[in-house]
Amino acid sequence: MRRTSLYEAHRAAGGRMVPFAGWEMPVQYAGLVEEHLAVRTRAGLFDVSHMGEILVEGPHALAAVQRLITNDARPLAVGQGLYSPMCSPAGGVIDDLTLFRTAEQEYLLIVNAGTRAKDLAWIQEHAAPAMVRDISDGVALLALQGPRAEAVLAAVSGASLAGLRPFGRLDGLAAQGVPVAVTRTGYTGEDGFEIASAWDHAPRVWEALVEAGRPHGLIPVGLGARDTLRLEAGMMLYGQDIDETTSPLEAPLAWTVKFDKEEFIGRPALEHQRTGGVARRLVGFEAYGRAIPRHGCEIRAGGDRAGGVTSGTFSPSLRRPIGMGYVPREAAARGTGLEITVRGSPVPARVVRLPFYRRTQEPRRD
Amino acid sequence: MFPTDRKYTRDHEWAKRENGRVRIGITAFAAERLSDIVFVELPNVGAEVRAGQAFGAIESVKAASDLYAPVSGRVVEVNQAVVDGPETINQDPHGAAWMVVIEMSAPDEWEQLLDAEAYGALVGAEQT
Repeated sequence: MRRTSLYEAHRAAGGRMVPFAGWEMPVQYAGLVEEHLAVRTRAGLFDVSHMGEILVEGPHALAAVQRLITNDARPLAVGQGLYSPMCSPAGGVIDDLTLFRTAEQEYLLIVNAGTRAKDLAWIQEHAAPAMVRDISDGVALLALQGPRAEAVLAAVSGASLAGLRPFGRLDGLAAQGVPVAVTRTGYTGEDGFEIASAWDHAPRVWEALVEAGRPHGLIPVGLGARDTLRLEAGMMLYGQDIDETTSPLEAPLAWTVKFDKEEFIGRPALEHQRTGGVARRLVGFEAYGRAIPRHGCEIRAGGDRAGGVTSGTFSPSLRRPIGMGYVPREAAARGTGLEITVRGSPVPARVVRLPFYRRTQEPRRD
Repeated sequence: MFPTDRKYTRDHEWAKRENGRVRIGITAFAAERLSDIVFVELPNVGAEVRAGQAFGAIESVKAASDLYAPVSGRVVEVNQAVVDGPETINQDPHGAAWMVVIEMSAPDEWEQLLDAEAYGALVGAEQT
């Protein structure tokens, strides 16, 4: 079981450590709901150092990433990023990742912890002749999320972040003298930042953010609230909502598949799905009652077995059970009644629009 | 640390004997571990339960867990207040948030349960 450089900081903050994708990570500190609501209303700080960072470099880097991802990296200037699935030839999702153009001929891919080894092998196999480097062991990553995130980070870095757009990246900032790279990204549906530093320096950055965040109501947040936050925001969890057996067109990720770019892995299969239509779709649902449909529960539509819940929880913001799952195309329309089997009993549910939660105020983009 | 006027299961239920009947709830340790309890499912009055088997379920935001009967018997009382206000379980697990009262059918089972000291040791070993 691996530990991030913040392990001691988590223990000191009262973090309850659990195994996650080969890492010992904090599942919660103050309590899941309290942490969740802190991110929605103030600010929360997450350790996401377990995620993988892979560089694709050299004169062939752009061609390589274009082949690997379904989204289109051509419009990215240095300092800009995007979200994309990376697909198999069958159109299944090998991983979902964020990609940043970090230099003229350099792209940084941030991948899931649980898929890092698989991703690296896949990228090495398909990126040639571009150079591929796994720098995960040297990079720590924090996520600072919530409406007060910008004020907290500005206080620590002394930099104005107002001009940093969503998916923009700023290199060359410092926090407590530690060089950091900052991106305006996150996994919560709130405004926020992800802050990369050298592995061993992360505790200093963490400490500085906790300190500067205190007057703003910032608290550390664990994996438990990370999951409820991302689910309310309608974001996919790899390995649950999407995997190699599902395609981006079945999940609500059609917007990340750019058919107007050159050849990419999975394109023929995805074009076939686009033309013929997919047989099933991932939908969001609200459940009525208090029992909570969770991952693996059966979904029925019109009395027939329709699919399974991929993610489900009690929504701390909406105060009701919500979830996502795959259903046949015919049952995917908003408002369709579903029945979900929880501990042997049917729970009524209804297909609703994703995301479940949308923040009311967009970050400034001036 | 845990009240000595009752016994405990390895699955973190407490059982308090009131003559031939047993009042049942979950321990403060379990409530704290679950955190943010939002739903509890209990049997109806009259239901038969068996020691060691699930008689209900409890949901926190994070996860669902079964409730296991410390003893066998018939459910003679159900705490509707805890069904209507599951957050009580986080607030007062050893008191107001009792769940059911069971009329024991096999009183010998009582001796199989852990006393407060043994349960405290078990919990101490689980805490990291």
